[in-house]
Amino acid sequence: MTATLMLELRDLSKSFELHHQHGARLNVLRGLDLRLHAGECVVLSGPSGAGKSTLLRVIYANYRPSFGAVHVRHAERWLDLAKATPHEVLDVRRRTLGYVSQFLRVIPRVPTLDIVAEPLLQMGTDPHEARQRAADLLRRLNVPERLWQLPPGTFSGGEQQRVNIARGLIVPRPVLLLDEPTASLDADNRVVVAELLAEARAAGSAVLGIFHDEDMRERVATRLFPMQALEAA
Amino acid sequence: MTYNFAFLDEDTKRMLRRSLLKAVAIPGYQVPFGSREMPLPYGWGTGGIQVTAALLGPDDVLKVIDQGADDTTNAVNIRRFFARVAGVATTEHTAEATLIQTRHRIPETSLREDQILVFQVPEPEPLRTLEPREAETRTLHALADYGLMHVKLYEDIAQYGHIATSYDYPVLVDGRFLTSPSPIPKFDNPKLDRSPALMLFGAGREKRLYAIPPYTHVESLAFDDHPFEIQCWEHRCELCGSGESYLDEVVVDDQGTRMFVCSDTDFCGSRRTEAQA
Amino acid sequence: MSALLQVRGLSQHYGQRVGCEDVSFDLHPGELLCVVGESGSGKSTLLNTVAAQLAPSAGSVRYRQRNGAWLELGTLSEADRRRLAREEWGFVTQNPRDGLRLNVSAGANVAERLMALGMRNYSQLRGIARSWLERVEIDAARIDDAPTGFSGGMQQRLQIARTLVTQPRLVFMDEPTAGLDVSVQARILDLLRRLVNELGLAAVMVTHDLAVARLLAARTMVMQGGRVVETGLTDQILDDPQHPYTQLLVSSVLTT
Repeated sequence: MTATLMLELRDLSKSFELHHQHGARLNVLRGLDLRLHAGECVVLSGPSGAGKSTLLRVIYANYRPSFGAVHVRHAERWLDLAKATPHEVLDVRRRTLGYVSQFLRVIPRVPTLDIVAEPLLQMGTDPHEARQRAADLLRRLNVPERLWQLPPGTFSGGEQQRVNIARGLIVPRPVLLLDEPTASLDADNRVVVAELLAEARAAGSAVLGIFHDEDMRERVATRLFPMQALEAA
Repeated sequence: MTYNFAFLDEDTKRMLRRSLLKAVAIPGYQVPFGSREMPLPYGWGTGGIQVTAALLGPDDVLKVIDQGADDTTNAVNIRRFFARVAGVATTEHTAEATLIQTRHRIPETSLREDQILVFQVPEPEPLRTLEPREAETRTLHALADYGLMHVKLYEDIAQYGHIATSYDYPVLVDGRFLTSPSPIPKFDNPKLDRSPALMLFGAGREKRLYAIPPYTHVESLAFDDHPFEIQCWEHRCELCGSGESYLDEVVVDDQGTRMFVCSDTDFCGSRRTEAQA
Repeated sequence: MSALLQVRGLSQHYGQRVGCEDVSFDLHPGELLCVVGESGSGKSTLLNTVAAQLAPSAGSVRYRQRNGAWLELGTLSEADRRRLAREEWGFVTQNPRDGLRLNVSAGANVAERLMALGMRNYSQLRGIARSWLERVEIDAARIDDAPTGFSGGMQQRLQIARTLVTQPRLVFMDEPTAGLDVSVQARILDLLRRLVNELGLAAVMVTHDLAVARLLAARTMVMQGGRVVETGLTDQILDDPQHPYTQLLVSSVLTT
């Protein structure tokens, strides 16, 4: 039995044209193909500058591809994010595509618990239940309970990162994009994250991520996807 | 020197009557008219005088009151004026008059279908203190968009604990037009509602006429939990003993002694005559 | 999902001068759209034209009412336009003094729109006014104070309360934080973000500040010289700007 295909990149290219740097053109991705199935965890590998983060951002539609297609299985049909309308992209992000970056984008004055619960609230979950789930997740990630009612702006890097992971994983999404979410975590917390990812995969999520730490990579990856930097064109 | 009957020329009277007909046809609506220079200054009742002049016929009996009294300067002057330029009969008795011009009161004696009450109006626009733009107030009237008027009543309650507006209390005429009843005390507002007599309003300086036709529903604005209420007094009139008329507080000597008397001199006088008889 | 507002080919000309030119977009229920661009780029003209405060030179704006029926705003009578503005829309101006009634108390400012809709119970009006003052973080004890004595930030929060008290479906905002100190700005933006989420408001907000767009809007339109030069997801526009003007705008921001 073959696992369900969740994400398919075809002939994907991304270059940046800098109009105010004498029209300089940076080619970052070229002709890239990738297939991601439910239940697997593909880890992007390669030196810095190989375009790993750029690839994740293109898939999340944070960057616009210059060429090629980003097909994602969304609500039982296929959608090419390269051609989707903003409203379609927003719906894909809400229900299908999760993205956890290295950095928490801090929303001023909002307590940690509400930041984590927000994606659930946007799905229409009952606020009490959403906060309960957020609390469970924060507890598992060893974020001390005394911090839950504070805005995370002043937290340490590791604490912020765990808040970010909790927020990114609280809604079980079919496709997860992870951009070094464990960079500032200690070994114990990495184990927790690895467990959470294993649970998500077992529940049918497909994971595509960047993990620089060898140990973490071995813990989570079912497959590596090597990437090379392109020479400047 | 002789004047045309009732001072104004016939063309002006015709213009006034046409405007008055329109005003009667659209109860509470302010009809613009070509206000004339009169032989007394704006603010002394030029609007009311022009309306009276347009209505007077040789058989009319005219009464003029100022704050309820027949014997104050403004009332005496206007009554004499029409006696001279129209030769009409005048009276101080409400029941005898066919036409009553008034400043700031409605007589206590109930009016009849064959009587007309003419009000002198300084500011015909009830929304003016809140909205200075004429074009905007006209639009608000056209759309019956009157939330603004309640802002004023709200402010009254917030500041004084009750609706403190005690005169020129805004009314809704025939369920449609927000209207100023002229600066009569709110005590008189209930007399506007379904009055058998025709009520006409003239604002000379602002060049507006409006009307409340006989038996028209006139509602004083209010809140559900702060209903419209009229003034009441702990005193009775010290001259006639009336307990249901509008009372003026009068200082009678240099020691500050006060007494409360009816503001309507005819009403008070008639009661005293009856009591003596 | 069906749109709430459909703008097609909208232009506004002042004689030979172009206010905005050939602008089209859809706004969905519960969505906040930011229009960014520098002064003179036509943002406010666009906003006023979409909100039917100016008659367009060309193009159309359609609005889907509470009852589901579409309204063509260009053919609307003054009475219908005001009814819409009173019952279904709100408008927040840059200078709160333009949007407030300065000679009446804070409470009356909040209650006015409710009274315009026919609410005639004083205690109920007071109660709602008080709860809205608290909602926008103004001490309810100041309900009877005139807004002239309020700080700029408080006045703006009062204007927001006055606008949102009738739970409009669509709100137009013209640089609601532009005239305020940075610290006061953050508080108002946070407040707006919360209220927009809680009330499920749809809103079009004009701003020159990209950080405001990032914080509040899922979608953004970039305007230059009266035309929309780039439109899309806010994060896409800020992180991967395509048009030279957008790149300039993004690179001019100190931190976002």
